[in-house]
Amino acid sequence: MSVLRVKLVRDLLRLWPQVLAIVAVMAAGSATLILGVGAYATLAETRAAYYERNRFADVFAEVTRAPKALGEEIARIPGVAAVEMRIAKLAVLDLPDLPEPASAMLVSLPDRREATVDRLHMIRGRSPMAEDEREVVVSQPFADANRFDVGSRFAALIDGRRRELTIVGVALSPEFVYAIGPGDIMPDDRRFGVVWMSEHALAGAYDLVGAFSSVHLRLMRGASEAEAIARLDDLLARWGGRGAYGRRDQTSHAFLDAELKQLEAMSRILPPIFLAVAAFLVNMTLARTIALEREQIGLMKALGRGDLEIGRHYLEFVAVVAIGGAGLGIAVGTWLGDGMARLYGDFFHFPFLVFRRSPETWAIAAGVTLLSAFAGAAQTVARVARLPPAEAMRPPAPTRYRHGLVDRLARRLGLRQTLVMVIRHVAHAPLRSLGSILGIALSVAVLVGSLWVYGSMDLMLDVTFQRADRQDATLGFVRERPLAALGEVGALPGVTVVEPFRSIPAKIRNGRTERRIAISARAAGADLSRVLDRDFRPVELPKEGIALSDALARILGVGVGDTVEIELSERNRRVAKATVTAIITTYLGLGAYMDLDAAGRLLREGTALDGVTIAYDPVREADLFAVLKTTPVAAFVALQKRAMRIYRDTLEQNLLVMITVYVTLGMIVAFGVVYNFARISLSEQGRELASLRVLGLTRGEVSGILFAELAILTLAAQPIGWLLGAGLAHGMAAGLENELYRVPVVILADVPATASGVTILAALISALVVRRRIDHLDLVEVLKTRE
Amino acid sequence: MAAAILRTEGLTKIYATGSVEVQALRGVDFEAAAGEFVVLLGPSGSGKSTFLNIVGGLDRASSGTVRFADHELTTSTERALTLYRRDHVGFVFQFYNLVPSLTARENVALVTEIARAPMRPEDALAIVGLADRLDHFPAQLSGGEQQRVAIARAIAKRPEVLLCDEPTGALDSHTGVKVLEALTQVNSEIGATTLVITHNVAIAEIADRVVHFADGRIVSSATNAHRRPAAEIVW
Repeated sequence: MSVLRVKLVRDLLRLWPQVLAIVAVMAAGSATLILGVGAYATLAETRAAYYERNRFADVFAEVTRAPKALGEEIARIPGVAAVEMRIAKLAVLDLPDLPEPASAMLVSLPDRREATVDRLHMIRGRSPMAEDEREVVVSQPFADANRFDVGSRFAALIDGRRRELTIVGVALSPEFVYAIGPGDIMPDDRRFGVVWMSEHALAGAYDLVGAFSSVHLRLMRGASEAEAIARLDDLLARWGGRGAYGRRDQTSHAFLDAELKQLEAMSRILPPIFLAVAAFLVNMTLARTIALEREQIGLMKALGRGDLEIGRHYLEFVAVVAIGGAGLGIAVGTWLGDGMARLYGDFFHFPFLVFRRSPETWAIAAGVTLLSAFAGAAQTVARVARLPPAEAMRPPAPTRYRHGLVDRLARRLGLRQTLVMVIRHVAHAPLRSLGSILGIALSVAVLVGSLWVYGSMDLMLDVTFQRADRQDATLGFVRERPLAALGEVGALPGVTVVEPFRSIPAKIRNGRTERRIAISARAAGADLSRVLDRDFRPVELPKEGIALSDALARILGVGVGDTVEIELSERNRRVAKATVTAIITTYLGLGAYMDLDAAGRLLREGTALDGVTIAYDPVREADLFAVLKTTPVAAFVALQKRAMRIYRDTLEQNLLVMITVYVTLGMIVAFGVVYNFARISLSEQGRELASLRVLGLTRGEVSGILFAELAILTLAAQPIGWLLGAGLAHGMAAGLENELYRVPVVILADVPATASGVTILAALISALVVRRRIDHLDLVEVLKTRE
Repeated sequence: MAAAILRTEGLTKIYATGSVEVQALRGVDFEAAAGEFVVLLGPSGSGKSTFLNIVGGLDRASSGTVRFADHELTTSTERALTLYRRDHVGFVFQFYNLVPSLTARENVALVTEIARAPMRPEDALAIVGLADRLDHFPAQLSGGEQQRVAIARAIAKRPEVLLCDEPTGALDSHTGVKVLEALTQVNSEIGATTLVITHNVAIAEIADRVVHFADGRIVSSATNAHRRPAAEIVW
């Protein structure tokens, strides 16, 4: 090994704490990159494999009642590879241990053959016998949540008739990866499940023998989805088709996709921050190391070592650090990514996980880390290479300080000399001080940028459940009913308020931009389920026209007064025009709202209801639930308080993991920056500090000088960190936003407070570590020698 | 002779570096009276600096005792030694050890801020002839000037003991003389017991007494019958 290599190894060992701090920050950068990209790649690959193996459909359509003979015509649509006609109905369940009514999506399984589309992945048990009307297969999450197994029994209201069902199998399906009950916003596995029955049994129950209510198609590779949808709509129109749609609008797929896209977005935001900090740390540490080695550099040059050779020596130092950082980051990132993928895999109940390793991402992570490290080192190394040997061997001229603003200020304030020293030292190397401030600020920003989501979630929940949808429950009718149904529901035990709603599936478009939505129609003066304006004040829906959620309005590019086109998904897909009469605030979905009477006019029929929202007396809840579970009032019952709790629990659980990771990373950055700054400052001022000890300053007073310097930087970094954090929060919100939900950016006071507390703690820890060195300053040694 | 303000008895110091033990002091008995000016001479490694550091509370003896007035330094805590340095001792070193980010005045104020009955920094600097260089940073001062700032800093607290380790070692003769003048002047004006380490035999003539060190012991101690003024010294 060449002597310079030996020196390199010794330098690395000597500077190990600082090297470690830089390695940690670099590792944080590449780990976040690998983590996000890796988890996304694994989950995307898993989803693709799952979809493929179980033949997840490409096109979906619901219809009132169509004859199975239509199947042949559907199969002839160009590009169609497989057609599965099925029966799919919502039903209320009565579960033995659950007081609340639950609901299920009943889906038929073909008798005596395997489905060609959306095949089940059986976990336990078997498929139901065609001739046995009580046998069912249930979805695994639902079974687990209710502790059901093969042999368990429960009751369902199937087309108004109570039926006892027996579980013969537990399965998963690509169609219900994300199984959300009607009226819910998060899976509630206890209260909503998928129940598969034999086609024979369901057809008999719903009077659909020889007919179907749902059709799923698989398309050939390269086939046009739009054309298939259009042709399918044509075929189903006269049978009460409600508009075919692709995977994008399929609930489970849409939610799954949104989650994965969020994961991917996260992997783009954080790595650059860490790498920038790492570059700065490399610059700071290397500059100091080289300053201390000036004479050695001069000596090496005098002995005939070339500029390039010496430059390369220092670059090798940087390269070793960067490779260490990238390597550690890749290892930790892969490990965390696998963990994250498992976490998501469990949440989505994927039957298996296909772990995807992407060496190209590793290469990118390593390359970017090296690049940022070299960028940090470039200037210093170039200066070393240029340094003439004679000059290098002379000790550097004493640091020149100048009089300035600081003096006048210090004199006016009568500051102690130790504090003047601190201020001059900070002001003397403004770039380094600013860099450190920025580094600490970025760690504050990372924390602010992740901690804000709690407040945002609270606002979202408050707006959605306390201000907009304030009902206790939503009842969805099996089929639409006349206004008189209001009275019937009002007579149920404990019900105090009943308000009608109508849900109209439609395509809404402006020019070429189109979205598939359900227009929600409410009665004038509705007080339970309300719509809110920008300031969250309830607004009365205009008698005419349509109110759009701000998100939908933005997508369509329309404002109040503009006209949108509404294509009804039912009723022969009639197209009507409507004027946008209000823009309202929602965080969930793409909402469109109309007055109930206006909706009647749009549909050209009298007022009918799809369901009601109710408020009830909690004392009589048990009586009400008992009736809902046993009488055919509703096809589903959504409970607001429970939905809110589940939403909060699920998010908090998922957020906890993310926040833990980010807080750890933020602390690493804060610690790394403060520690490196403190070490360098100590190395520069060690001699002065030792002299002060000689002059009779106590250990505490001398440490105080360094601590004051760190405190100035740390405190100056806080407001900058808050601002950067707010920016980061907006970036994150943009990454989290999709058409299913929006994340409002609200940064409550406790967020910057916590972020600052955590970084100050990290700074304090690194300061205490350095203090040990101050306590052990060798007073005699330092005075005997020149620097 | 006035009462001894500094007294050591049987002072030894052993440095253990790895497996090698170096005995720097082998039983030093020493006394200095209040206001005495003592020059310590001796070759490198003879133990002068170790002795000075122990007397100044910068280092601890392996055995023996050091007394300052009626304080026992050998058994003092770290904090007590810090207070001893803060209140009673002034140091001057070969390499000045000024804080580069503080002006001459501020470097002196570093001490006067924490001392019990200090003089004004301006007065201390005037004693060493730097009244017109108050607001200069170390980088703007010559070596001699920097050393005189260090002396001003050492005496501003009105120390009972002034310890100087090679104060002229880094200076040319002309500048060195100026520094010596400052030292003798301070010695007479504030009456600090002054111990000066030097390799420069010529300097011995300005002292009340000259102490020779060799191999960790005091080998001779001689009182000068006649003290020469610093200005008359040449080397």
